[in-house]
Amino acid sequence: MKNRVAVSLKVNGELFELFIPPWQLLLDCLRDDLGLTGAKRCCIEGQCGACTVLIDGMPVNACLYLAIEAQGKEILTIEGFGKNGELHPIQRAFVERGAVQCGFCTPGLVVATKALLDSTPKPSEDDVRIALSGHLCRCGCYGQITDAVLEAAQVMTQKAP
Amino acid sequence: MPTLEEVIKKEGYSVIGHPVPKQDAWVKVTGEAKFADDLYFPGMLYGKLLRSPHPHAKILHIDTSRAEKLAGVRQVITAKDFPGVKYGNFAHTRDYLPLAADRVRYIGEEVAAVAAVDLDTAEEALDLIEVEYEVLPAVFDSEEAMQPDAPQLYDHVANNVAAESHFEFGDVEKGFAESDHVREDTFETQPMKHAMLEPHACVGLWEVTGDVTLWSCKSSPYVVWRHLAMGLDIDPGKIRVVQTYIGGSFSGGKQEAMPMDFCAVMLSKKAGRTVKIVHNMDEVLTIGHMRHPMKLWLKTGVKKDGTLIAQHCKIVANGGAHSSIGQLSIFLPGLGLNLPYRVPNVKFDAYRTYTNNGFAGALRSHTQPQICFARESQLEMIAEELELDPVDIRLKNVRQGGEVTPSGFRLETFGITEGIEKVVSASGWREKYKKLPRGRGIGMAASGMISGARLMSHSASSAEIRVREDGTVTLMTGSTDAGQGADTVLSMIAAEVLGVRTEDVLYAMVDSNVTPLDPGTFSSRVTLWTGNAVKRAAEDARKPLEEVASKKLQVDSKDLVFRDRRVFVRNQPGKGLDLAQVVRMVQNRLGHPVVGRGSYSSGDDPIAVRGGHGNVSPAYSASAVVVEVEVDLETGLVTLVGVWAASDCGFPLNPMLVAGQAMGAFTMSMGQALYENLIRIDGKVMNASFRDYKIPLILDLPKVENVKLFDVITQDSNGPFGAKEAGQGPGDGVIGAIANAVCNATGARIKSLPISPDRVLFALQKGSA
Repeated sequence: MKNRVAVSLKVNGELFELFIPPWQLLLDCLRDDLGLTGAKRCCIEGQCGACTVLIDGMPVNACLYLAIEAQGKEILTIEGFGKNGELHPIQRAFVERGAVQCGFCTPGLVVATKALLDSTPKPSEDDVRIALSGHLCRCGCYGQITDAVLEAAQVMTQKAP
Repeated sequence: MPTLEEVIKKEGYSVIGHPVPKQDAWVKVTGEAKFADDLYFPGMLYGKLLRSPHPHAKILHIDTSRAEKLAGVRQVITAKDFPGVKYGNFAHTRDYLPLAADRVRYIGEEVAAVAAVDLDTAEEALDLIEVEYEVLPAVFDSEEAMQPDAPQLYDHVANNVAAESHFEFGDVEKGFAESDHVREDTFETQPMKHAMLEPHACVGLWEVTGDVTLWSCKSSPYVVWRHLAMGLDIDPGKIRVVQTYIGGSFSGGKQEAMPMDFCAVMLSKKAGRTVKIVHNMDEVLTIGHMRHPMKLWLKTGVKKDGTLIAQHCKIVANGGAHSSIGQLSIFLPGLGLNLPYRVPNVKFDAYRTYTNNGFAGALRSHTQPQICFARESQLEMIAEELELDPVDIRLKNVRQGGEVTPSGFRLETFGITEGIEKVVSASGWREKYKKLPRGRGIGMAASGMISGARLMSHSASSAEIRVREDGTVTLMTGSTDAGQGADTVLSMIAAEVLGVRTEDVLYAMVDSNVTPLDPGTFSSRVTLWTGNAVKRAAEDARKPLEEVASKKLQVDSKDLVFRDRRVFVRNQPGKGLDLAQVVRMVQNRLGHPVVGRGSYSSGDDPIAVRGGHGNVSPAYSASAVVVEVEVDLETGLVTLVGVWAASDCGFPLNPMLVAGQAMGAFTMSMGQALYENLIRIDGKVMNASFRDYKIPLILDLPKVENVKLFDVITQDSNGPFGAKEAGQGPGDGVIGAIANAVCNATGARIKSLPISPDRVLFALQKGSA
């Protein structure tokens, strides 16, 4: 167990005490140590966006971020969306607008959409395209993804007082 | 042509034709869907593969002793651990071994494998394996490979010709003699990768009992099941292949067993643990399986009025180091020449070569985009020379439903004319063609596609259904959902027949120990073939329910309606029973489980891959596409500004999913047209990364309002509820349409892919390229 350091990470509101190699990627830590496999292992170089999580509200490629760097920060993964058997409005919009095919890119897109809508509650189509330009979808659902984000924005702003 | 709503009303569909979300979208948006790399087992080991650094070499000696001594390493294997039996698709082209034995034939070929307690240790161990190679001369270009003095990849294959295909329907020489105008062109297409986001991944388990299990993201699990039995030389009954969620497939490595699959189970056998192997993205982009790069020579003869008389096509395809499905790859483009145009005389001569590159195989719409690019580009040049409008020359030559092609295709329906008319009118073609400012252009293409080829010895599909006592349904087939929507469409077919809702149907993933044997998910076959099997299985399951309900309601079973979870008398919805009630009567009181079985084969004899005459598919889809582009005359960058696409999928069982498939196919072809290119220098891939291998981004597509999709409804009686394929055909013509639009915008005719800025600028300087 040499080369390991003690860290505490706050993920989806829960605190985890871990003993990990200091070079471990946040992505591997989430998946291998915490069993949170919603963030996907894909390009491991920040090109595809499939491993996106929020750190203090900012979308981050978990494959380019060391787990030890995330100490003292709020980490939100796809597993933190939707509560008590209810989907988050962004998740619901992705389902209903046909924005999911193989679904490998989906968790990253849902997470990144939350970051967009938190900062820009009423985005234009261009805002959506720019915010999601770091995400690959090989199934080619980009039009449906755009529709879903715009619909989620509408639902969420209507709900807000 | 009827509208969607008219058909739904006339046929009384309660499920079919309605846009419902994909069944598994719910579990995918939450991140709970388990893909292969999301599986973890107690005590699981991590595997890695050692790959050849040489394009062509003899393996003289492998020393694994240092690797074995590294702390944390549990097993190291080489070819010696396997029985040395080749596996592959066709008996006469089998050339894979689980690990290379005495020779490597491309950079990236698997030579040894390691299992260790973690990935870092496994990777470190790879560096400690010593392989002594004797480097051999290598060949990378197809035409060079066919020269008599070229390095030979296989001792049993002369001149590196891995497969060839020749046929003629009609008499092309006579046809050219009768033509007023003959044109010859050569086109080149590039190596393109599937680039699905989920890397190949698997977990292997070999139990002491001799039972072998592979969990993997395989789109055709039974192909893998057979390959594993072949390469491991054990009884298929001892092998179990369990499908996980599939993060995109598009054929390729998820279609067949790969070295990683053999190694995962063999490492497990020796280590007594489960072993997981996942490719890194650089491995995915380097190793075999990609779209065949092709050189296509096309000669076409026409009458002055544009009537097509004869077409002769020659192809040399760069197959790389292994055969994969190459025998089929080199046959299908020739068949593609028979659609969508009425060409009475067709000749085809094609060669697939072995070279010291990563190998080529099937990729979405298997070889059709290449042939369509050549044909649609050349047709446009012919139209220009004859001073005909590109729309008119296509409408003059397209086939119609009811026709039989010279190759023997029987087209019951073929809605190409309607498709072309729709995209022409919606795009404003007549107002735009040759009327847009320089740098802006419009282009079109048309294409036809099979709905599942009847080429393999196994082409039939089957389905099994069980209705549970609460009226919900479990549906098992051997077809997988790789994202295209099979889970939903097949569930909808069962739901329509049994009168339940789509969400009442539980679609099982493939487990070769349990689910029906099936050829697999490829060739645009699932909706039609498996769909027909599901429909029959549902009808079979309904029989005992009809029997009991008709007695109880005292009507003839023909007068029963199954709908909205009820069984009632036609035109008297009040007079009926809950479906669950009927199921309980049959199952719990009479003791008959409510199960149904169905299967489908098209009824025709299979077609020999040599010769090729016959009705290759039960039905044929038709697609037409118009694109508008903006070309930056200073940088050569092409931007898509509008897309209008129409497809005849027979009947859209789920219009939301059909639209998803149409745009997916479009986007993938657009990637090949404009960006994608696996760059190889002396067999070494130079861009094995998404940084450098560019696939389309959200920003590359036109805005949502500038993309318009249309369904042409023809209701083909060969498909379930009139449906034909929808997932591949819409992409076939796209490259040709983009090439035509770029030419329309700039005058530059690009005949080599991709249509990258450098090629556009070069063509602008030269006038053509």
